[in-house]
Amino acid sequence: MGKSRRVKTLPGNSTSDGDLDDRIDQYRQTAQEVRRDIIEMVYAAQSGHPGGSLSAVEYLLWLYNEELNVDPANPSDPDRDRLIYSKGHACPVLYALLARYDFVDCDPNEEFRRLGGELPGHSSPKVPGVEFPSGSLGQGLSYANGQAMGADFDDRDYDVYAILGDGETQEGNIWEAAMSAGEKELDVVAIVDRNKKQNDLPVAETMEIDPLAEKFEAFRWDVWEVDGHDFGEIAEAFEEINDADGPRLLIANTVKGYPIDFMEAQPNGYHAGAITDDELDEAMEELGFDPDTVEVSTK
Amino acid sequence: MSEKISTRNGFGNGLLREAEEREDFIVMDADLAKSTRGGWFRDELPERWINVGISEQDLFATAAGIAETGRPVFANTFAIFSERGFEQVRQQIARPKRNVTVVGSHAGVITGEDGPSAQTIEDISAYRGLPNMRVISPADAVEANALVTALAEDDDPAYLRLIRESVPVIHDEDDYEPEIGKGEVLRDGSDVTLIAHGAMVHVVQEAAEVLAEAGVDARVINMSTIKPIDEELIVESAEQTGAVLTAEDHNVIGGLGSAVAEVLAENQPTPMKRVGIEDEFGTSGNGLDLYDYYGFTGEDIAEAAKDLLA
Repeated sequence: MGKSRRVKTLPGNSTSDGDLDDRIDQYRQTAQEVRRDIIEMVYAAQSGHPGGSLSAVEYLLWLYNEELNVDPANPSDPDRDRLIYSKGHACPVLYALLARYDFVDCDPNEEFRRLGGELPGHSSPKVPGVEFPSGSLGQGLSYANGQAMGADFDDRDYDVYAILGDGETQEGNIWEAAMSAGEKELDVVAIVDRNKKQNDLPVAETMEIDPLAEKFEAFRWDVWEVDGHDFGEIAEAFEEINDADGPRLLIANTVKGYPIDFMEAQPNGYHAGAITDDELDEAMEELGFDPDTVEVSTK
Repeated sequence: MSEKISTRNGFGNGLLREAEEREDFIVMDADLAKSTRGGWFRDELPERWINVGISEQDLFATAAGIAETGRPVFANTFAIFSERGFEQVRQQIARPKRNVTVVGSHAGVITGEDGPSAQTIEDISAYRGLPNMRVISPADAVEANALVTALAEDDDPAYLRLIRESVPVIHDEDDYEPEIGKGEVLRDGSDVTLIAHGAMVHVVQEAAEVLAEAGVDARVINMSTIKPIDEELIVESAEQTGAVLTAEDHNVIGGLGSAVAEVLAENQPTPMKRVGIEDEFGTSGNGLDLYDYYGFTGEDIAEAAKDLLA
């Protein structure tokens, strides 16, 4: 492996040069805008999964700007890097990024979860830039393994990233895949969004998955752990991840619903639901936006 | 007396034959290569064979990941255990239309001694319900072998049902070319239509001979593609013969019998009899003994046809 920082800049991102601190400053700002996009999209549809979308913003922004060799003009390039978004219920963040980086040119506020719309409730390959038919948890790591095997068969160099929820690791299929990747020494990078909450309740009150790092290490993975909202820590971890190979796991410790207080406060981190008018205003204020500037309606 | 070869062996030979034409397809197994004949492929081309161990969910989702890169995949396991990863098949193969053939070996009660835990009698019913999924049950080793070509070539998902037991070869391997989606008339007739798939095809051929001795002229059809089913042939046969009997090593609920009934009820209502497993689980014993036990013999089916015509 040993991957140098990618040279290409995705459209919609004004930062191409500058040192790491400058880039991180930009990403922090972009993160707030992406969060606004997520809230608007779910509000407009009156349906969707905001909590797990909000927890994923930082590491996905890092991937799209620093790691993923992808090109909106060529979304099916066989040499492209693969982002396997297995926690696909939390697709508002993915759609917000795909719109921002010109993989899709529709308005997510008009298309998300609508009959005949371009952005289905769970991300699927009918959307340009989406690799994986999500919606049923636990399947994406196996799929990522298959993509890594495909790279080996074809002698291609692309990287494969699998994004998993932490509740998702309760699925047995995840461990079948973990076993397979460890045994076959597959070059796959998985990120677990450790936001500690699932559909009903906190993970700890449902089926605790810790000690997660030790479990993956026992399955022969190398594991890193970061504050999932800290770009600096994410950057450091990827420095090492890129220098290693084989199956690698990044545990991103996040907060479900971050940084919206009323979402964070819910036992399930506002896993899913129709954002109300009041909630919309409150969320915008917390993100630092004037609610009056929001031009989204629910139809 | 014709040769007897299992359809799983026909398939195993088909993989090796097709490998001489195509360098791209991948074969996968879940610790049953010894039985599925994936092991024959492994012995020749180990670099194109993957074993995931006893992990069927992993088998199918991994197969999908490989298929996306442009390589056809044959994912082998026992038919019953393919049901372990059924949802992965639905979400990762059927829904996105990946070029993966789910190969379910050892299907039906003819699987024998391993008993009901191993004898799926519901697989066709399950896979039939998946959009985009073709459901194919070859009648003999020649057909199973030949199908590998089309399955690798077509860019569509398929479920291929194979059996453990050796059954008579009924096709001439030098000139037979199966056509997915088309039923095959093995014997023409005017009094009753007998439709079957898999191991039951040669049994209904025997039934046709018993019927002939009783002056009943049966049309025999090998309906190896249960989905998409050859509606035209079913309707035309019902028009010509006036009575239709289906026979399969599968539950009478949801398999070939149900598929034929669906076609006839809407297009050509015709007296029908579904011969199959009467909505019960199988039992442990020699596969051919089980066929006697369940009434899957030429004599039994001829009787059922006579009852239908009475």
